[in-house]
Amino acid sequence: MVLKKSTKAILTTVLVVAALVLLYMLDNGVIGSSYTVRIVRLSFIYALIGVSMNLVNGFTGLFSLGQAGFMAIGAYTVGVLTIPVDLRPNVYYLKPMAEGLANVEVPFGVALLLGGIFAAVFAALIGAPVLRLKSDYLAIATLGFSEIIRAIIANDQLAPITNGSLGIKSVPGFTSIFVPVAISVAGIAIMALLIKSSYGRAFKAIREDEIAAEAMGINLFKHKELSFTVSAFFAAIGGGLLAAHLTAVDSNQFKIMVTFEILLIIVLGGMGSITGTCIAAFAITAGKEWLRFFDAPFFIGAWQVPLFRPGLRMVIFSLLLMAIVLFYRRGLMGTKEFSWDGIFNFFHRLQDEIRRRLKKPAREVQ
Amino acid sequence: MDLTTFLQNCVTGVSLGSAYALIAIGYTMVYGILRLINFAHGDIFMMAGYFTIFAITNFMLPWYVAILVVIIATVILGAAIERAAYKPLREAPRMSIMISAIGVSFLLVNLATYLFTGLPRSFPKLGFLQHVYKIGDVSAPVVTFITPVITIVLLFVLIYLVNHTKMGMAMRAVSKDYEASRLMGIEINTIITITFIIGSALAAIGAILYFSPRPMVYPFSGMMPGLKCFIAAVIGGIGNIPGAVIGGFVIGIAETFLVAVFPSMTGYSDAFTFVLLIIMLVFRPTGLLGENITEKV
Repeated sequence: MVLKKSTKAILTTVLVVAALVLLYMLDNGVIGSSYTVRIVRLSFIYALIGVSMNLVNGFTGLFSLGQAGFMAIGAYTVGVLTIPVDLRPNVYYLKPMAEGLANVEVPFGVALLLGGIFAAVFAALIGAPVLRLKSDYLAIATLGFSEIIRAIIANDQLAPITNGSLGIKSVPGFTSIFVPVAISVAGIAIMALLIKSSYGRAFKAIREDEIAAEAMGINLFKHKELSFTVSAFFAAIGGGLLAAHLTAVDSNQFKIMVTFEILLIIVLGGMGSITGTCIAAFAITAGKEWLRFFDAPFFIGAWQVPLFRPGLRMVIFSLLLMAIVLFYRRGLMGTKEFSWDGIFNFFHRLQDEIRRRLKKPAREVQ
Repeated sequence: MDLTTFLQNCVTGVSLGSAYALIAIGYTMVYGILRLINFAHGDIFMMAGYFTIFAITNFMLPWYVAILVVIIATVILGAAIERAAYKPLREAPRMSIMISAIGVSFLLVNLATYLFTGLPRSFPKLGFLQHVYKIGDVSAPVVTFITPVITIVLLFVLIYLVNHTKMGMAMRAVSKDYEASRLMGIEINTIITITFIIGSALAAIGAILYFSPRPMVYPFSGMMPGLKCFIAAVIGGIGNIPGAVIGGFVIGIAETFLVAVFPSMTGYSDAFTFVLLIIMLVFRPTGLLGENITEKV
């Protein structure tokens, strides 16, 4: 069954308006608490970073594990450039900030964009040698670069800029929930448009079969480089948003584990599905908070259930993810995208299935 | 740098390199057969560290029994991971199995944090291994001196096993051509399990030797050594066992001397390994001893 175009448009409008109203209510404290606001913000940021990683891993078929490094570039650019000048001596208390930078304070948007550009330039530079490597070598090389970025940032010699291992505090936060949401949605939309364009079709051709794609006249290196650079740009934007979300930046936030967590988001959502990644980003970010009760001691009457203690949450979380990887390899959406037709067909099939199940015993009676 | 310091650094570097070499062998063997970067290998190594703590500190086993127990426990862990997480994905695309490996690594780190808390645990002293021994002006614990010896001995045992036994022949066949060796009647799954058993046993020995001169074990302590050892395997030529040992030595020695000669570069010592890797991948992607593989359509 296919829905009418106008019905779909109405459904989409209703969804968007509902989301906007909910966000507005969240922002003004009508519903939820500041804690809910934080989770929603973080989900949007992770959705952006997830889609940026999916662009390379899911759509272009390159197994890149460098996302944390690009996020670090974005986060540090935003952190360094947006702390209010009068607060800087308190943040850089061990080593004063470099003279050229000490009085430079730029608006959040400019810093965010700069971070993205830095990361994109860096990605373009390392792309030249790295993207020629085959799948698992590429994984380990990008992982390496991400770790190199972190080591350089955390090192004492760069302390006048990055504050070394102390990290940066007092980064101005968001004034409204709409700032990160709008930036994330815009970023995801741009990547979705890229994927829908002829470039995106070339990406998918490379994913399916590199040699065949090359034979069809697709310039492998050019397209891989484009995908990698755009991905780095948006990962850095996500990193910059993260810096403002936490109002602090620390090189330890960008360890390899972060890349793995984002990888697990796109695996859950489906490698090669933008909407899947967004759904998974929300499910995982919120799920990690909801599972928090596993970390607290749990009592039935006076008896303390023995397994409940800090850390159980992450164990359950990783077991769930292993289960997805092993038994449900395509993730929630596979390479499909969310569509109203898909939803309705799903319910139709469910209805048919239930009817068939209900009919069967009746026939046996006859 | 005077001669004594130089020799002292040599001993430390060679010892660190030998521990790396033992772990790198595990990576290289698994990669040779499954074409999989076993991201969980570093965490198996970390678990072996914890097993040692439990065997000696909590169960008060004498060190020689403890070593045996640790090796057996690690082997069981390694083989179980292979059965549970990699075997169901034999026919899956390579990216899926690699993601599964990352998932296992994630799980092991979280499991260790849960079971043993995130706080560092002190590593026990293993019998005579910790006695400080002096050769000339160079002094170091016994473990530092015997690590290279153990590594070399194990390397020769392994080379004999791979080149002169029937099982080794089967291993080489599987790594050469998976399908064809199955058609020749080789039990693929048995061979893969044996590979994981050997890899895990070496990781257990490597863990005891690596952690002995170091004070602490914590849930993330397998991550960096794990990645470095994979890099060692790549530098030596992935799939090549002597290559992995050479790679391990190269990284161990280079890292030690980097820190000794340029103390200000200490923060970069991890990153330096990755720089080595990237240089290697750009100029000689097959590694020092690796074979050239031509790509077919």
